[in-house]
Amino acid sequence: MKHFIFASLIACAMALPAHATDYTIMAPAAPGGGWDQTARSLQTALQQEGVSKSVQVINVPGAGGTIGLAQFASQQKGKANALIVGGYVMVGAILTNKSPVSLKDVTPIARLTGENEALVVPASSPLKSVADLVAELKKNPGAVSWGGGSAGGVDHITAGLIAKAAGVDPTKINYIAFSGGGEALAAILGSQVTVGISGFGEFEAQIKAGTLRLLATSGDARIPGTDAPTLKEAGLDVSVQNWRMIAAAPGLTDAQKAAVTADIQKLATSKTWQETLKTKGWQDTYLSGPAFEAQLAKDISATEAILKDIGLVK
Amino acid sequence: MSTFEFLMQGLLVAAQPMNLFYALIGVTLGTAVGVLPGIGPALTVALLLPVTYQLDPAGSLIMFAGIYYGGMYGGSTTSILLNTPGESASIVTALEGNKMARAGRGGPALATAAIGSFVAGLIATIGLAFIAPFIVKLALVFGPREYFALMVLAFVTVSSAFGDSTLRGLTALFIGLALSTIGIDQLTGQTRLAFGVPDLLDGIEVTTLAVAMFAIGETLFIAAQGNKGPDKVEAVKGSVWMSATDWARSWKPWLRGTLIGFPIGAMPAGGAEIGTFLSYATEKRLTKHPEEFGHGAIEGVAGPEAANNASAAGTLVPLLTLGLPTTATAAIMLAGFQQFGLQPGPLLFATNPQLVWGLIASLLIANFMLLVLNLPLIGLWVRLLTIPKPWLYAGILLFATLGTIGANPSVFELGMLLAFGVLGYIMRVFGYPIAPVVVGLILGPMAEQQLRRALAISQGDFSVLFTSPIAAVLLTIAALALIVPLILRARGRGEVLSQMAANED
Repeated sequence: MKHFIFASLIACAMALPAHATDYTIMAPAAPGGGWDQTARSLQTALQQEGVSKSVQVINVPGAGGTIGLAQFASQQKGKANALIVGGYVMVGAILTNKSPVSLKDVTPIARLTGENEALVVPASSPLKSVADLVAELKKNPGAVSWGGGSAGGVDHITAGLIAKAAGVDPTKINYIAFSGGGEALAAILGSQVTVGISGFGEFEAQIKAGTLRLLATSGDARIPGTDAPTLKEAGLDVSVQNWRMIAAAPGLTDAQKAAVTADIQKLATSKTWQETLKTKGWQDTYLSGPAFEAQLAKDISATEAILKDIGLVK
Repeated sequence: MSTFEFLMQGLLVAAQPMNLFYALIGVTLGTAVGVLPGIGPALTVALLLPVTYQLDPAGSLIMFAGIYYGGMYGGSTTSILLNTPGESASIVTALEGNKMARAGRGGPALATAAIGSFVAGLIATIGLAFIAPFIVKLALVFGPREYFALMVLAFVTVSSAFGDSTLRGLTALFIGLALSTIGIDQLTGQTRLAFGVPDLLDGIEVTTLAVAMFAIGETLFIAAQGNKGPDKVEAVKGSVWMSATDWARSWKPWLRGTLIGFPIGAMPAGGAEIGTFLSYATEKRLTKHPEEFGHGAIEGVAGPEAANNASAAGTLVPLLTLGLPTTATAAIMLAGFQQFGLQPGPLLFATNPQLVWGLIASLLIANFMLLVLNLPLIGLWVRLLTIPKPWLYAGILLFATLGTIGANPSVFELGMLLAFGVLGYIMRVFGYPIAPVVVGLILGPMAEQQLRRALAISQGDFSVLFTSPIAAVLLTIAALALIVPLILRARGRGEVLSQMAANED
């Protein structure tokens, strides 16, 4: 009986419309991933800071977030209390999946966090620097296997950008997609692949323990506490950040949009959120309004270009 | 402090009344939600994470551990009693467990599952404490080619569970393999066979297929029989408890299941279900009662259940030593650790011994609580079977639907549930086994991806598949498993084998 009651509660929770001031955040991914953690951290922070009385998180997993996005765009139209978490991975997934729904079909509110990509090799690898890697890549691009997350995702895109900047044909890169940075980590540690590429957080503990060597990071500045150069410092004109954002439903009035933006602004500057960023190791990349929209448009066109170069999008 | 002292200290903390209470809450909630088909431990932990923020690290870890174990055990309860596996790791349990339940032996089936889970959890948790660093080194040696060899072995051994007709078994397997190619190809990001339906982009959910084929298909089958079918299941025949024979037949499968499940759970791309498949196949080969397999052999419940729980503890090996979450539940646990500013990884054992040993102690306590909670409940659970059939199957339909909606709120998913239910019904009517379809859906993508990864790394050189010692050994075992029965049959002992096969369902 107990489980029946629980099930009914879950079913009701999903069926009941939320109160006007209460937000519902969709995490377009399974529980446990980055977007889910972002959504649940937002839930906690919004409630603790009193921005919203009650916040619900819904998981709609699948296809790089495009399934959740499609559902969100069609069902939440005009609802000012519906939010969805998204990010750079979604930009790539929309293109590779030829998704009928894109970020144009929702109302992007703000960029919240970001993470730099890290380029690593196992400690036993003969590759000591980005220059060594570039030399290998030029000799025989197929012989360098890259271990990273899903095909067409930010890891794959970064690998393509590195090859392109090094003057190597990006379609020739031997990218081995794993079902996430974690599974890739095991392959890198076991020297199954030549080089690993994923979010810095995935590798941080191993880098500190000395089992992985950090060749470079992908941001505009070095990561404090590490001695590896940025890709730009290493002579490759590549700058990538895996950012996450929050968007609202399509069809909002300007006043509604402003109200949501104000709430998110309040959240982003709050103490709870800043502490969350610190414990999770996320970088604060808060950007909203027209500046964010311009940046988003730039990211989308750059991503489309590189995915075409790699050959994933025709 | 030595390893042992840390463990004792952890146990002392975990055994405080308040912490025991948290463990009990965790196990209760985990079991309650785990019995819902489709809602696994991952979602449960995710839902409850905010609650545990209010607790101290020790209390919250203990509750986690309880939910984890409870969720796993809850899945086997419904598998055994209602033939509705709540998660992919309890599919094998349904094969023999449900047959036992129908024969009035649901009590011993639940008991061997609970005690087997306890024994396996106990041994595997102790294994986690003492040999995690070594196991993880072994796990890292496994690259794509070794995983591919493991998948080949799984295919060959699991095919022994395919029923009396090899052709029918293979047909069912290939339906599963065909279904497994639907969705985005992980290695290239391109969609296959999705026909523009967004819900198909991520492929077919294993739990949706399993619940549909087992629960919905079964319900339709029973409903179609009308009043002709056996009127009512006899809930309890003999004792609710395990007899001396049951114990004698269970303890070896428990240990073998643990031995198979733990290392496979520790492998970053292993997965609990593979361990349960291999354990089932092993028990079937080794049993002294081959005629019972397919009709409710207790070994077929004891082994896979132990393997399932051992692999859950095995999952914590890469999580704690590498910071590598290999299941969704482990990923959420990782998020829980980070809440306390802890980063699991190679340094965790050195920098945060209290936490690690606290967690291991919590697992032991949670495991114990699981037994305390569930053994007395067995008598209650089996009475589910005395519910009149129309009510029982209506309830099963309700649970199956609610669970599917809870895991994935989509109308299309519900449509798939019904469509596969009809498929399961048709297959039952024409005497095709159900399990191979689900096995194909689980193993197919793993085998395909690992093969393609291995070949991509070697740039198309097929010889890599055999040149690694581990892969070579696994492939040799697979070849032997395939060839030896053929030789035996050729030498005139085929009658025994066909006798065995004829008794399968």
